[in-house]
Amino acid sequence: MPTIVVDVMPKAELLDPQGKATTGALHRLGHGSFENVRIGKRFEFTVEGEVTDAVLAEVRKVADEILSNSVIEDVVAISVDGVPTEVR
Amino acid sequence: MSARIGVITFPGSLDDRDAQRAVRHVGAEPVALWHGTHDLQGVDAIILPGGFSYGDYLRPGAIAAFSPIMTEVIDAANKGMPVLGICNGFQMLVESHLLPGGLIRNAHQQFIRRDQRLVVENASTAWTNTFEAGQEIIIPLKNGDGGYIANDETLKQLEGEGLIAFRYAGLNPNGSLNDIAGLSNERGNVVGLMPHPEHAIEPGFGPNTPAAMRSGVDGLGFFESALNAITARV
Repeated sequence: MPTIVVDVMPKAELLDPQGKATTGALHRLGHGSFENVRIGKRFEFTVEGEVTDAVLAEVRKVADEILSNSVIEDVVAISVDGVPTEVR
Repeated sequence: MSARIGVITFPGSLDDRDAQRAVRHVGAEPVALWHGTHDLQGVDAIILPGGFSYGDYLRPGAIAAFSPIMTEVIDAANKGMPVLGICNGFQMLVESHLLPGGLIRNAHQQFIRRDQRLVVENASTAWTNTFEAGQEIIIPLKNGDGGYIANDETLKQLEGEGLIAFRYAGLNPNGSLNDIAGLSNERGNVVGLMPHPEHAIEPGFGPNTPAAMRSGVDGLGFFESALNAITARV
């Protein structure tokens, strides 16, 4: 069964409080080489049968309208069984 | 006949009963509404209460914003019905695009509860017309995801058109841009804010004020304002 993966990240220009806290913790633990950590979300969809253009279009719509809030987040990648597709 | 103000309960709403009580306190009739229906039961105004609908999964307010009843709420709001979103309700209003911008985790990463000073910036909305512009009020605040953000263009518009209803005074509790605590839409019928006016309606149970402990009743003005707005609409 094919798996479609959608990656959503907080917008680069906005504060990511979770990422900031994690960066701070890593630095405290001696991992200062990681200058910055940002935390996003990964959604995995399994579909029956083939991933057609229509299925992909539906995933893109859901990713834009429900999975992410375009005010605060970006859909950064959509892949099918590990193969990236064009996001826009 | 007294005004009928609907309070919608979502899975995970916490302050729906408090909001109903506040409505009763100003002499209106609270009407309990359910997220899973399409029925506003002919109410004159709507409150989206605080809480943690759907456990804040996906994003706070996001799943609730797609509830069946929100179709009718959005429609009624666009026709001018007074709608107030408190805390999680404010998050639903931004998620359903009735108000611009977004709310993210508090900048300091912690849940915060405090008796918060606010400045009423816009006193001509359906929910603020009993206040004076510039008036300072004290309203309890309690949230984990209250950081208001928007892009520069939106912020400029909010500032320029007087759409910032409330600003935090004394201390910005969550990193909100421009100290924004609450917003209004252009028409003034839709208002959302992070603090909880329904928790400041009765002496003995409200926020602490310089006058006395738990004496704050500044929240009453929100619900009295709605009564004015409802009367003006009829």
